[in-house]
Amino acid sequence: MTTNLMNPISPHTPAFDSGAEFELVIQPRRGWIGLDWADLWRQRELLGFLVWRDIKVRYKQTVLGASWAVIQPLFNMVIFTLFFGNLAGFKEDLPAGLPYFIWNFAGLVPWFVISTGIGAGGLSLINQQHLLTKIYFPRLYVPSAVIGGALLDMAISSVVLAGMILAFGVDVAPTAWLVAPLLIPIVLAALGMAYLLSAMTVTYRDVRFIIPFMTQALQYLSFVMIPMVSMTKRLPERLHWIEWPLSLNPAFGLLDGCRSALFGLPWRPANLAISILSSLLLFVGGAMVFRRTERRFADIA
Amino acid sequence: MSNPVISVDRLGKSYRLGLRAEKHATLGEAVMDVIKAPWQRFRSLGEHGDERDTFWALRDVSFDVQCGEVVGIIGRNGAGKSTLLKCLSRITEPTEGRAVLRGRVASLLEVGTGFHPELTGRENIYLNGSILGMKKTEIARKFDEIVDFSGVEKFLDTPVKRYSSGMSVRLAFAVAAHLEPEILIVDEVLAVGDADFQRKCMGKMREVAQGEGRTILFVSHNMGALQALCSRGVLLRDGRVVFDGATIEAVEHYLGGMEGKASESLADRIDRAGTGASRLLRVEAFRDGDPKLTTLMSGRPATFRFHVSALLPNLTCKFTFYDPQGAAVASLDSSLHSRQDRSEEAVHPSVRCEMDQLLLLPGRYRVNAALHRGEECHDHVESAFMVDVEQGQINSRPIDSGSLYGRVHLPHRWVLAGRA
Repeated sequence: MTTNLMNPISPHTPAFDSGAEFELVIQPRRGWIGLDWADLWRQRELLGFLVWRDIKVRYKQTVLGASWAVIQPLFNMVIFTLFFGNLAGFKEDLPAGLPYFIWNFAGLVPWFVISTGIGAGGLSLINQQHLLTKIYFPRLYVPSAVIGGALLDMAISSVVLAGMILAFGVDVAPTAWLVAPLLIPIVLAALGMAYLLSAMTVTYRDVRFIIPFMTQALQYLSFVMIPMVSMTKRLPERLHWIEWPLSLNPAFGLLDGCRSALFGLPWRPANLAISILSSLLLFVGGAMVFRRTERRFADIA
Repeated sequence: MSNPVISVDRLGKSYRLGLRAEKHATLGEAVMDVIKAPWQRFRSLGEHGDERDTFWALRDVSFDVQCGEVVGIIGRNGAGKSTLLKCLSRITEPTEGRAVLRGRVASLLEVGTGFHPELTGRENIYLNGSILGMKKTEIARKFDEIVDFSGVEKFLDTPVKRYSSGMSVRLAFAVAAHLEPEILIVDEVLAVGDADFQRKCMGKMREVAQGEGRTILFVSHNMGALQALCSRGVLLRDGRVVFDGATIEAVEHYLGGMEGKASESLADRIDRAGTGASRLLRVEAFRDGDPKLTTLMSGRPATFRFHVSALLPNLTCKFTFYDPQGAAVASLDSSLHSRQDRSEEAVHPSVRCEMDQLLLLPGRYRVNAALHRGEECHDHVESAFMVDVEQGQINSRPIDSGSLYGRVHLPHRWVLAGRA
């Protein structure tokens, strides 16, 4: 048996690649600017650090700590169940064996990713002005990091959702795995919102005051608390086309899709398709607006 | 010679100033303005501002820096130094021109950018290092060195918000000092911390500057630090390069420009800092207590009279003499009371500083002056005035201008002991 005494010590890796590889040209750019993928990739670790920082800091000095990630949707659930489930009677429209509050919570979990994108994402840049004016790094990472934190919250409340489903013996449809691919457009929509709103907030501080209304209005427009069956049942047939413009709000079709996949409720493919398309558009459009405004951030922040 | 590491070509940066105040003649117009205002503000906040309101912070700046050069950027406040560094470190985009940087760039415009008060020292080292552009493995490899340099190992797991300001500055500089970029852009970071720490920073800077193939752009108001570190100086004035050459010459040009400033009427100067609650209007320096004798002389009584716009209670006056090389010689501060201080009635508000004997050696001195009220700075003027000191006698000892070592005289006497 030979022991390699000269165990190859990992060669001293240079801290940076040789200079020739980096030629940075600084000049004014006009109009729409594409993404600098190389730059984003080179500093990918920073995105991780920013997400990690947001997570670490968010629940510091709170008594309940990370359980806030669950308490917020739970609290919403209680209110919606009281008013929409019981008072408005939407619970009657759900199939037997599917309690309203579980159906509602299943929508709130992904909804909170999007609402974090609007709220915390929209304010992320102005909350970090000091960084923007003192150092360069891919600015896109600031709003992106917020969504990273929201995904962790979502994971925590998903566990609670799974627990509730088990405890109340709700049947999970075999299509439940489709929730995973549906998460992609949900995250894209949340990112798109965060890019668009954070860039706009830097230029027009008015947006800061619009954000709270917007979150609230979108929550209703996303039908987080109204089952689609209830809508089709109560709305006259000739008004059913309203689903399509409503699907332009990505959350509308996607939250419905998630719940259809989980509980085997009827699918609405047209709505889902429109919402997926609009989430893609929101993501690309948000990133474009962000990139266009980005070069002025340090001057106006 | 190979390609320059930094080439800056006709770089310019303009900023838009605030909105012009619109005047309206009639009530109707005023109402119309109120209605139109949001739209106008929308346009002006966006990208389509009024051309008339542009201000060029930087214009037509061109220079090349070769590999290994350490270049000092010199200029008064508002000359465009920081804007230049911000353009080169990609924080803000230039309006015109272009710059090419060949190599990995790290910029240090502030110590501790991205430090989060809630995170511990250890966590902040990683976060800050990553923001400055270091890789995780690189930070891990240098972690012990960084902690060692900062001297805060005992508090590594304490949130930074419980650190003293000195401690967090030390930790932040320690992270920055372990960057290994090919191009380093540094702005005035040495202006923080105590003297001991500043010395440590300067040592580290010198070490970095002498490192293999390291190119540095360095901005500082500290002429001594500039001369110690930089081989070349670029002097900016009103956003343009007015001198580019040896550091010593650049510093001389800079100080020469400052003297020109000093002859401007003090009350009309706009390059001043402070709240303006009280302002320096005029300064008189005269000899032997007679305002008509405006030539100061070594060893003779000297008076400095500062005319101020308002003599508010607890107003304090501070002024500092600088030699032609830009080093501070002496600083006098009325907030440090003496039993000999007194107040008197007068028609015009002024503060007077009297010396029984002027102990400055002959030469030309530049003086910065400031008015404070407690912590609050009311007025601060760099190069508020110049002082010429003529040859004289101090304690009947002749001061020979031909053999000048130093700037001040220390009153003394000799004792010659021997057999009488």
